[in-house]
Amino acid sequence: MSYSGWILLTASLVGVSCGLIGVLLILRRMAMMADAISHTVLLGIVVAYMATRELSGVHMLIGAVCAGLLTAVLVQWFQSRGVQQEASIGIVFTTLFAVGVVLIATQVGNAHLDVKHTLMGEITFIPWETVALPLVGEVPEAVAMLALVLAIAVAAIVAFYKEWKITSFDPALAASLGIPAVLMHYAFMSLVSVTTVASFDAVGAIMVVAMLITPASAAYLWTDRLSVMLSLGAAFGALSAWIGYGIATWLDTSISGSMAFATGILFAASFLGSPRYGALSRLRKGIASRRDPAASDSAD
Amino acid sequence: MNTLLSHNAQWVLLSTLILGMAAGIIGSFAYWKRQSLMSDALSHAALPGVIVGFVLMGTKNLPVMIAGAAASALLGALLIDWIRSSTRIKEDAAMGIVLSVFFGLGIMLLTFVNRTAGGSQSGLDSFIFGQAASMVGDDVRLMAGTAGVVLLVALLGYKEWKLFLFDPAYAAGLGLSVRLMNGIYLAVLVLVIVVGIQAAGVVLMAALLIIPAVSARYWTHSFKWTVVLAAAFGGGAGAAGTLLSAAGAGWPTGPFIVLAASATFAVSLFFGASKGLLILYIGQRASRRRLTSQTVGPVAAREGAGR
Repeated sequence: MSYSGWILLTASLVGVSCGLIGVLLILRRMAMMADAISHTVLLGIVVAYMATRELSGVHMLIGAVCAGLLTAVLVQWFQSRGVQQEASIGIVFTTLFAVGVVLIATQVGNAHLDVKHTLMGEITFIPWETVALPLVGEVPEAVAMLALVLAIAVAAIVAFYKEWKITSFDPALAASLGIPAVLMHYAFMSLVSVTTVASFDAVGAIMVVAMLITPASAAYLWTDRLSVMLSLGAAFGALSAWIGYGIATWLDTSISGSMAFATGILFAASFLGSPRYGALSRLRKGIASRRDPAASDSAD
Repeated sequence: MNTLLSHNAQWVLLSTLILGMAAGIIGSFAYWKRQSLMSDALSHAALPGVIVGFVLMGTKNLPVMIAGAAASALLGALLIDWIRSSTRIKEDAAMGIVLSVFFGLGIMLLTFVNRTAGGSQSGLDSFIFGQAASMVGDDVRLMAGTAGVVLLVALLGYKEWKLFLFDPAYAAGLGLSVRLMNGIYLAVLVLVIVVGIQAAGVVLMAALLIIPAVSARYWTHSFKWTVVLAAAFGGGAGAAGTLLSAAGAGWPTGPFIVLAASATFAVSLFFGASKGLLILYIGQRASRRRLTSQTVGPVAAREGAGR
């Protein structure tokens, strides 16, 4: 496959996995938790690197899952000690991220792992770091890892579809049915961490947040059905990756930055144009039903 | 360490101290309004404005860049509010969207500008993680001055702030415009963020607003002392982080400020006089002992008598 082909495939895999996971994040009202985890996996990666001195996929995955779970546990613990949820997320992720950045700046700064890379990713290098796999031959390591993670995410969502649905929409019902909500919570956090770290190398920490939250939010504006929302989230994620790549090639600028920006374009289109929950249709419906509804919308 | 003793370095230190104090106070307002992560979203949203400000002037002109940052952070705040109020998307998702899309746009512009002549030498990268040591003369005075103004606004209007935060309805009844107060609150929040990003960086600026305020809550229940302590913790973290990051060449300032703030949080969490773990543990043990001596004693005596 060509160079751009691999980049587009990598970015689409990121878009699809993040879009799927993102839908559950939005429904479970944990968008900012994703922001936190996408920052703290850096610490997991740095510590895994310091322990093994190599940046291989498996070590990074383990480090990232540990960091993600640590984040979730600490946020929960501070909350139980009376800190507001928002503030405890803020404390935990800034601290763990700062530790990661300081470790990079003072201990391990080198060509493989630097601070800028962690924020923006280096998708342009991905086609060259290949690994030989049985059956398919030489593929970029990131593509293999992303494909594996996507398979895990899809398997987890399909296998426990009913459980995800009930715990997301009606936690009380889930509890009364005996679905282990706490276990589901931490399983979900692990899933977020794995997706994040696999995408991290390609698009960087902040762009992972864009891919996780924005396409799923856009999908949320189009439908009420979970299955449709999941498909739309994945499709929007992949579409943003393609549009972003187009913009980046056109302007010769950061690919990951453009992809994050492209998620915003898709969201803006959905926000304004969605027939059911879009701002314009709401405005129109408002005008039809109330006397002067425009005032309440424009005052904001 | 020689650089620390220079005239410029003293100014840098003083300005991060004032910045930390202002951030601590505004952070405790934000904590009361349950808007801690708003500061994170707004600091990320400031990045495109910084770059546009740079492009407009063609050189690193801090006042223009700060104005750009403020404009883009305000736009972010308005968008968050608009998304939240006109769709069923929740505030945290709206913040995540604005944060990541604005930051993506910022990185796009930054890469674009860095490619052009002069861009890569402008030190724009230092806005991401902060580089207090790279600040010079006028920049430092501008930052210290603005942070000082924020500090004054917070202190002079203390009574109004308290009313506004605790009982907006009562405040409105007294003739205090809640709309105006909300406007001023957003203005000082954005100001403290945009003047802080050169020292602390857009990624970690939020920590300077969140952590001191939460730490202060472990020491006191009174709002006044929360504000005072948050200012002290924030100022201390700002100054200590600047000193630490100056110890190594090219070390970013932001992460060190965060670590200094987290250290005060850890100490507060364990030893805080009001809600600290140690004091809770001692209290629990004392009450358990009291309970044991009250209940187990008679039970044991009864059991002994029955035998």
